[in-house]
Amino acid sequence: MNEATTPMFPELPSSAFAPLSLPESEPLRQQPAASYWSDVWRKLRTNRRAFCSLLIILMLLVFTLIGPLLWPLDPAQPNLDLISRGPTLGGQAQVVDLSRPWVVPQVTSWPVSPVSNAQTLAAPVAIALVEPATTQAVRIQWDPVVGAAGYVVYRNDHQPESNQDLGLPLRTLFGGNQVGHEDRLRLRPGTYWYSVVATNGVDESPVYTTLAVDVHPGVRLRDLPQLGRAGQAGDFVELPAHPLGTDYLGRDLLARLMHGARVSLFIGLTAPLLFVALGALYGGVSGYIGGRTDRVLMAVVDFVIALPFLLFMILFKIAFGIGPGESGILPLLVALVLLSWPGAARLVRGQVLQVREAGYVQAAKLLGGSTLYLVFRHLLPSTFGVLLVALTFAVPSAIFTEAFLSFIGMGVVPPTPSWGSMCNDGMKTMMSHPHELIFPAAMISVTVLAFNLFGDGLRDALDTQLGEPGK
Amino acid sequence: MIRYLVRRVLGGLVTVWFIATATFFAMHAVPGDPLLNDKAVTPEIRANLEARYGLDQPILTQYAIFLGHMARGDFGISFTQKNRSVNDIIREHFPVSAALGVLALVFAASGGIVWGALTAQYRNRLPDAVIMFLVILAISVPSFVVAALAQLGILYVNRWFDASVLPVAGWGQLRHALVPALVLGLGTMAFLTRLMRSSLLDVMDADYIKTARAKGVGPFRVFWRHQLRNAVLPVVTVLGPAVAGITTGGFVVELVFAIPGLGRYFVQAVQQLDYTVIMGTTVFYGAFLVAMVVLIDILYGLVDPRIRLQ
Repeated sequence: MNEATTPMFPELPSSAFAPLSLPESEPLRQQPAASYWSDVWRKLRTNRRAFCSLLIILMLLVFTLIGPLLWPLDPAQPNLDLISRGPTLGGQAQVVDLSRPWVVPQVTSWPVSPVSNAQTLAAPVAIALVEPATTQAVRIQWDPVVGAAGYVVYRNDHQPESNQDLGLPLRTLFGGNQVGHEDRLRLRPGTYWYSVVATNGVDESPVYTTLAVDVHPGVRLRDLPQLGRAGQAGDFVELPAHPLGTDYLGRDLLARLMHGARVSLFIGLTAPLLFVALGALYGGVSGYIGGRTDRVLMAVVDFVIALPFLLFMILFKIAFGIGPGESGILPLLVALVLLSWPGAARLVRGQVLQVREAGYVQAAKLLGGSTLYLVFRHLLPSTFGVLLVALTFAVPSAIFTEAFLSFIGMGVVPPTPSWGSMCNDGMKTMMSHPHELIFPAAMISVTVLAFNLFGDGLRDALDTQLGEPGK
Repeated sequence: MIRYLVRRVLGGLVTVWFIATATFFAMHAVPGDPLLNDKAVTPEIRANLEARYGLDQPILTQYAIFLGHMARGDFGISFTQKNRSVNDIIREHFPVSAALGVLALVFAASGGIVWGALTAQYRNRLPDAVIMFLVILAISVPSFVVAALAQLGILYVNRWFDASVLPVAGWGQLRHALVPALVLGLGTMAFLTRLMRSSLLDVMDADYIKTARAKGVGPFRVFWRHQLRNAVLPVVTVLGPAVAGITTGGFVVELVFAIPGLGRYFVQAVQQLDYTVIMGTTVFYGAFLVAMVVLIDILYGLVDPRIRLQ
């Protein structure tokens, strides 16, 4: 307090007190008063975390709604040639006709006169590919060895260093004139080393001949319609790309993620909407009527809250049953709504009890506003903010519940993909093909994260007492 | 105080009755026949079985019998495991779940308090940002994914040390429980960290803190005696929901880490539609949770002398 030392009114000339004149040309600046919701939106927009979350949520919706139109692969279409494949970008594949069995080439004019000592047998010469090698089949043929009573065909994934290093024995052929083999055993694009050893019928010769074969992607002729392609044997067709890889049945992971998002987000958004609406109605009525009815209604709420949530989710889900051909989404939704409404009911009741005594509501009542008018015009709108926050936070928990139930096999029924059931499938192959777990788990995490952060921001923005966000 | 206790306990009992009733009628609404699960049976065997499980009675009689047995603490015999009573199953497997849950709660509470205190002390600085980011992450990643990743982590640790530092799965010793308990408590820990941070920030600049500082009390003592003590109160209130969360979260962790707890048993019973086990465990869990909530309410009144139990 230092008024005593400085004079309160400095000396001013009387000219300083002349009235200001407002120029006529410059009209008064009209700015509309910021309404509550426009203020909320402004705060939300300036909260970087919440705004990014909102963008992510919108992107998720686009991914879910428009994604399957742009990415038309069937999420339920298995492809046993492409089991648990990592991310690939399609590429060319040669069409192979495997409808007729391949007959091992026989040399008719070759005299079969086996020698007794396998040590003396020579190695086969001139191993050659019969047809272009594809992942569908590798067909090789070699020239017969004099005195051989048969051959053994080996395959390895590297150049053999000795006759102990020939790799996987694919086949033992009996007859020196049987000089070919068709390999269709789990072939992947890459190089394989085929070795052929002559036998005397019992023992193998110590010498071998090896052929390195570059295997290229192949596709069976009869699988072409499934892939939506047309062509003849020998043609090259473009394979569908799998940018996120395939799952344990060779189904496209991206397509499954999109369709799974439809299930997960449908449950995650619809269930909260329904139960928050139900709870709001219940709580609003209870709070407005008050008194004894309120106590009874709230006792019911207390009971439902006391039910162990996940156990009753499971119980209700069994009780509703799932018929053949159903996806199991509806029972899940009903169970979620039946068990989750009391939270919102409590919230709204508390708010209504508070607002009911407020002056403007009393005034409206005094002016003859009907009960319905009061509830819908004054009481429910005042709870809208709290409800919106409750809704945002209910979304992650609904998504988690769906994922958890699908994880223990109580969620949606198998052909329908959901993020939870995809995680469950991916977990089984976690060690060898981690992408099957990582992608759906990441989708769940990002979605939940976005809704949580958005809810935080929304709560801050709706809180008029808090002032500017960013605390 | 006594009146409050009696009222809370009575209210709890009514809630348990409500849970039991809801469970009973939900189970009976299940389409299909519990006895038709396995192979076809002759009418005689069927009649015997129905008599054995009381299924030949009208539903209200069954309900009365069920309530009577439940009041005596008898949940009947498992449908899928011959001659094994539900009580035996609970008696055998609940202690496992409880041990895991208690350990998880200890991890969650101690971790939540420590991390929360750290974030509040370093508010809006790097440690705060890092911890809060981890907290958000822990809340957003589904527990079964965390469990699977933790298992993978154990594997790599063991490989790195070329020895079995921690078991990947199983049950028996304390070291079996460490990682599962940590995974189980993670969500609660994250939640408590957030709560602890905001409640510590609330008391940070309270007048009594300023007074203590002005008197020359050391920073550690101010934190320990004045801030923490007051900030820890809200943590006690959320222990109820935390216990519930840990109990149900136990299902996943027990499944992933192959721990023979009641949660895993419940999931198995659900998958095999073992009705008596489902009913028994649901009612048991419900009663347990109700008891916990009542207990924590009373505890809260004892911790915070400002709360009057009425």
